[in-house]
Amino acid sequence: MVTMAAVTPVLAGDVAAYLKRRARWSPLEIAFWIFAFASIWLFPGKYLILKDTAILALFALSLDLILGYAGIISLGQAAFFGIAGYFAGLIAKYGIINEPIVALICAGAVAAALGFVTSFLVLRGSDLTRLMVTLGVSLMLGEIANRYANITGGADGLQGVDVAPILGRWRFDLYGHNGYVYCLIVLFVCFVIARRIVYSPFGLSLRSVKGNALRAAAIGVPVKWRLVAIYTVSAGFAGIAGALLTQTTAFCSLDVFSLERSADLLLVLIIGGTGYLYGGLIGAVIYKFLQDWISNLTPQYWQFWIGLVLVVIVLVGRERMAAWTVTVRAAVGLIGARAWSRVWPRSPARGGAAPDGR
Amino acid sequence: MDRRAVPILETIGLEKRFGGILAAQNVNLSVKKGARHALIGPNGAGKTTVINLLTGVLKPTAGRIVLEGRDITDTAPHERVRLGMARTFQINQLFLDLTPLESIGLVVSERLGSGADWWRLVGTKSAVIDEIVEIVERFRLGDVMHERTAILPYGKQRLLEIALAFACRPRVLLLDEPAAGVPEAERHELLATIEALPAEVTVLLIEHDMDLVFSFADRISVLVNGALFVDGAPDEVARDPRVKAVYLGEELDA
Repeated sequence: MVTMAAVTPVLAGDVAAYLKRRARWSPLEIAFWIFAFASIWLFPGKYLILKDTAILALFALSLDLILGYAGIISLGQAAFFGIAGYFAGLIAKYGIINEPIVALICAGAVAAALGFVTSFLVLRGSDLTRLMVTLGVSLMLGEIANRYANITGGADGLQGVDVAPILGRWRFDLYGHNGYVYCLIVLFVCFVIARRIVYSPFGLSLRSVKGNALRAAAIGVPVKWRLVAIYTVSAGFAGIAGALLTQTTAFCSLDVFSLERSADLLLVLIIGGTGYLYGGLIGAVIYKFLQDWISNLTPQYWQFWIGLVLVVIVLVGRERMAAWTVTVRAAVGLIGARAWSRVWPRSPARGGAAPDGR
Repeated sequence: MDRRAVPILETIGLEKRFGGILAAQNVNLSVKKGARHALIGPNGAGKTTVINLLTGVLKPTAGRIVLEGRDITDTAPHERVRLGMARTFQINQLFLDLTPLESIGLVVSERLGSGADWWRLVGTKSAVIDEIVEIVERFRLGDVMHERTAILPYGKQRLLEIALAFACRPRVLLLDEPAAGVPEAERHELLATIEALPAEVTVLLIEHDMDLVFSFADRISVLVNGALFVDGAPDEVARDPRVKAVYLGEELDA
């Protein structure tokens, strides 16, 4: 007992330091975002694909929140993407809300509301049930949009969307520069919120539900409500992604609800990995790059190569690929530390922690 | 009136039917406040069914469960935890991807009402830190608290299993075969921690290991074929010829 009393302050400091360190931005993360924002100047001719990548990344981030952190698999994120896309288009077309950022937040809220309502259907049952129910919801919405063509424009898409300048100042230009900067900033803000969420007690409780729902309930976690909450947030993020697409293209068509859109999202997360937030971002970059590169080489058969990449990823296994990247990371960290110690001989070397902080 | 005579947890005519099988029938269990109560019985006697009924994992076919005078028969499992009853599992139910520190931090955050807090980072409240530290020390998890739970030695996992339940600060703690499968070398540490549980926490222990039961319990209920068979002080139960006949036999003679 005497020794225990002596140990406590050290242990308390250790616990506090560990918990603080857990959520710290690692150098790799900072480098990632510096590079992301540098892309505005680095690739001036590529704004359109960059913008699509940023939207896809945000959309994939929304799926990662439920799949990677709460273990909810979904083939219906397009439902939220689509409803917010149409909402953003309609309010811009009829001049109900003109300012894009306010409109974006409203569109996200509409998608979140739909997410909240449908969460009660989705949270029942197993993975397969969830896949089917989420898919069903997005198919139904797609068909409703098709049926009410007088409002949505039906198969021709929503025409005549006129998006006002952002904050009354920055117009969506033809080259897509402002559009890309806008999407990137929105992606960053949403990412920071998501990051905050996953490192909070709420985020920890989600991981516990994903890891062992039985035990989570047995330690007092209201499992159902936590899942409802994250599903709602995820729907909101997906909606913001959908509204960004409408705002930056001044157009919205029925394919926002398509199964392909939801399925692409799973591909992105299979490529990038789940449960560390960067999976959706990195996956989106790789997916868009591959799509662009391969479709330049073989415009007709690019999906063959995407398919091949997918099969290889799944067969080799991301675990093994992750192990390789750990080696690469360690090597990069070592080289970095050496270079650093040459510049500042006395400063302590910093290890390159993984973005997920493990 | 003796404070300890007040039942903190009671079941009245509890029954659970799985199709044609009666897994629990007319179970009237009364656990006194502060007791070290053991529930024993041969394999398949329905011990785990009773625990699952008490904690709300299963819904009873008939009967009532009363915790501190409040009927909790229809209360959700996580609500029962909030009302002061926590359990451990016979087979570890841990969060394998989290560290012991994160797992305990999670339980403490939930209990202190910041479980739904989505903006604050974990462990920025000093009250949470203090409690985490206390539990880490009590369950001797300090040296492994940063490891992933999946790679801990089995004995440490078993300790964490109890630590998570204890971190809920229950007034009634249900231990479902806490020593099951723990290798001899790690056993002592586990038993010492169970012995050292605070006296004000009522413990209902389900156990196969008769040494542990008789060294620990001040009251024993014997469950046979889903029904309460004998209920009394350890020496009464040990002497009871019916208990010897159906269950204890050799273990006591040895």
